[in-house]
Amino acid sequence: MFRKFTLTAAAALALTAGQAIAAEVETEITDYDFSFEGPFGSYDQMQLQRGLQVYTEICAGCHGLEIVNFRNLSDDGGPGLPEDQMRAYAEFYEVFDETLFDGEGDFRPATPADFFPGSSLSNAPDLSLMAKARAGFHGPYGTGISQFVNGMGGAEYIASLMTGYHEEPECALEGEPMDGFYNVAFAAGGFPESCIDEKGKHMVPGSWIAMSQPLWGDDVEYADGHSAELEDVAQDVAAFLMWTAEPKLVARKEAGLTGVLFLTVLSVLLYLTNKRLWAPHKHKD
Amino acid sequence: MGGIPHDHYEPNSKGEKWLHSRLPIVGLMYDTLMIPTPKNLNWMWIWGIVLVFTLVLQIITGIVLVMHYVPHVDMAFNSVEHIMRNVNGGHMIRYFHMNGASLFFVAVYAHIFRSLYYGSYKSPREVTWIVGMLMYVLMMGTAFMGYVLPWGQMSFHGTAVITGLFGAIPFIGESVQIWLLGTPNGSIAQPALNRFFSLHYLLPFILLGLTIVHVWAFHTTGNNNPTGVEVRRTSKEDAAKDTLPFWPYFVIKDLFALAVILAVFVAVVGFMPNYLGHPDNYIPANPLVTPSHIVPEWYFLPFYAILRAFDQDVWLVIAVNWITFGIIDAKFFGVVAMFGAIVVMALAPWLDTSTVRSGRYRPMFKWWFWLFAVNFMLLMWVGARPAEGIYPYIALIGSTYWFAYFLVILPLLGVIEKPNTPPATIEEDFNAHYAPKADGAKPVASPAE
Repeated sequence: MFRKFTLTAAAALALTAGQAIAAEVETEITDYDFSFEGPFGSYDQMQLQRGLQVYTEICAGCHGLEIVNFRNLSDDGGPGLPEDQMRAYAEFYEVFDETLFDGEGDFRPATPADFFPGSSLSNAPDLSLMAKARAGFHGPYGTGISQFVNGMGGAEYIASLMTGYHEEPECALEGEPMDGFYNVAFAAGGFPESCIDEKGKHMVPGSWIAMSQPLWGDDVEYADGHSAELEDVAQDVAAFLMWTAEPKLVARKEAGLTGVLFLTVLSVLLYLTNKRLWAPHKHKD
Repeated sequence: MGGIPHDHYEPNSKGEKWLHSRLPIVGLMYDTLMIPTPKNLNWMWIWGIVLVFTLVLQIITGIVLVMHYVPHVDMAFNSVEHIMRNVNGGHMIRYFHMNGASLFFVAVYAHIFRSLYYGSYKSPREVTWIVGMLMYVLMMGTAFMGYVLPWGQMSFHGTAVITGLFGAIPFIGESVQIWLLGTPNGSIAQPALNRFFSLHYLLPFILLGLTIVHVWAFHTTGNNNPTGVEVRRTSKEDAAKDTLPFWPYFVIKDLFALAVILAVFVAVVGFMPNYLGHPDNYIPANPLVTPSHIVPEWYFLPFYAILRAFDQDVWLVIAVNWITFGIIDAKFFGVVAMFGAIVVMALAPWLDTSTVRSGRYRPMFKWWFWLFAVNFMLLMWVGARPAEGIYPYIALIGSTYWFAYFLVILPLLGVIEKPNTPPATIEEDFNAHYAPKADGAKPVASPAE
């Protein structure tokens, strides 16, 4: 009975979790390989630094990271900026300080204890948690096995969104012109009537997003000489945003591994104790 | 405590006697820990310990979280992120607490299905069962209110759905909903968050109290066991043949099982803490934007499926609507069905008419039980699907079987089924698995003696 039950329970768990994203709107999410996927994955420090550069030079124009502190850039398991670099980076931003100028407040350069600024554009969402607020590749074949093994895949979603801008499909040209930009990874945007068939099904994946294409490739010049093609900058900034969303990922996985190993040893010891304890009563000694 | 004869605590030293005549607390603890326990219990009898452990885990991690959490609509979301980022070990404490809810429900469902299969709910253990059902309902309430506290998108819109259920009650529904939410216009705002926070802290302690009542009840009747045969109470010697003391035999066995389960649990927390959650809850609550699919946590899905199964196209709903002059509409019907699903389960001790307790000796029951278990998984699966296409039909069939199992199958089986004969004693069952050695040891006691 025990065995049968756990099997069915495991099957049900695997099938139900994360199902909600299988909505009517089809999207194209690429199953990118990131260094932080799986139980043993961790952040690639150089990639996070490149992602920080992309964020700073492009995304930060409109978006914010209002729950991330500048000091976090030097934390273990993150981009790992040396402290002087992190301070210099913070000073590059100005923050409004209410205590200055006899209580009237004034701008001053940011310190490590300050937060990144919030979004400067009202309809640009804050990006701090974006990589956890979205799910990624739900495959193969909609089974969700990828998410079970690799994590929910918010970074895959972000990279797919960055590379998901396409020419408007034929069907969209027939009707009213759409606001925004066609993106095959974006689910929550406007969709033209002319691209919906008689059964109510969408004829093309994705929808129309308000943000114009932010990355085109070679948007930045990396100090480490890494290639800056669209696929690269998209994955770099996605990895960086995964870190802003889950800065303790590396520490968490290490704690998890320690815990699993400890409990495995404890299980073996308790198993042997139990076996020996019961042996006389099970007529085995 | 308990009707099974066994050795009780005897105070020896002067000090022990002094305390025992004033407060027999050592005796109470001794008798609780040394309770005679059927020695043939299998691995499905370990979930009680897992549940006690999880309750304590949730209370301890919860108390620490409350030290940093701010129950304010403008600050709740960021205070959770503050815990995740700046509190020492906060990300682990929070993920343990968050996934602890899932562990809690995995264990409680295993525990409940064990009772359903082995007939643990049947006389004389009805009170244990009823208290357990009460605890299950309290757990669901606690889990729901806990999910509201981070004040994310699913928290907010899930609250709208759940409090909306009460709004479906005829005549008084709207007033009840406004009373629950605490705002004059029934909007979900600061009062709702504050009271859910208050209750989320209170209910676990009521659960702790009910845990003691639950244990007290089955220590009075004695544990059930896989045969459903009662421990012999004719003498201390007879009882000792059927049982072993809880300490150390079952404590060590249960701790081993707990360690294995915790290894899996820690792997989930360490490697995939957000797998069972919903990404939308990492978006701060926004009343103006409704998520495209509002889905409850996995452990509510079977009941969510039952709630949605009875829509206005079901003939039964149409009939009831017509008979009651439209007072009971499809929405209220769904609400009644959802709560009714738990009520009929709680009534199982009186609906099950079989004279044999354990499903092991009930050839027909077995099939219906496993179908019930599979149906539970099916409802869980369909509860996460959008209510369109073939899914509502699956949900309707599954919901119907749920009610049929308790209201038709359990009562009828007792009449039409011809059960097999269980062993005469627990000792006989145990020795059938672990045969005594031929040399000298007494063979299996034959019932003829």
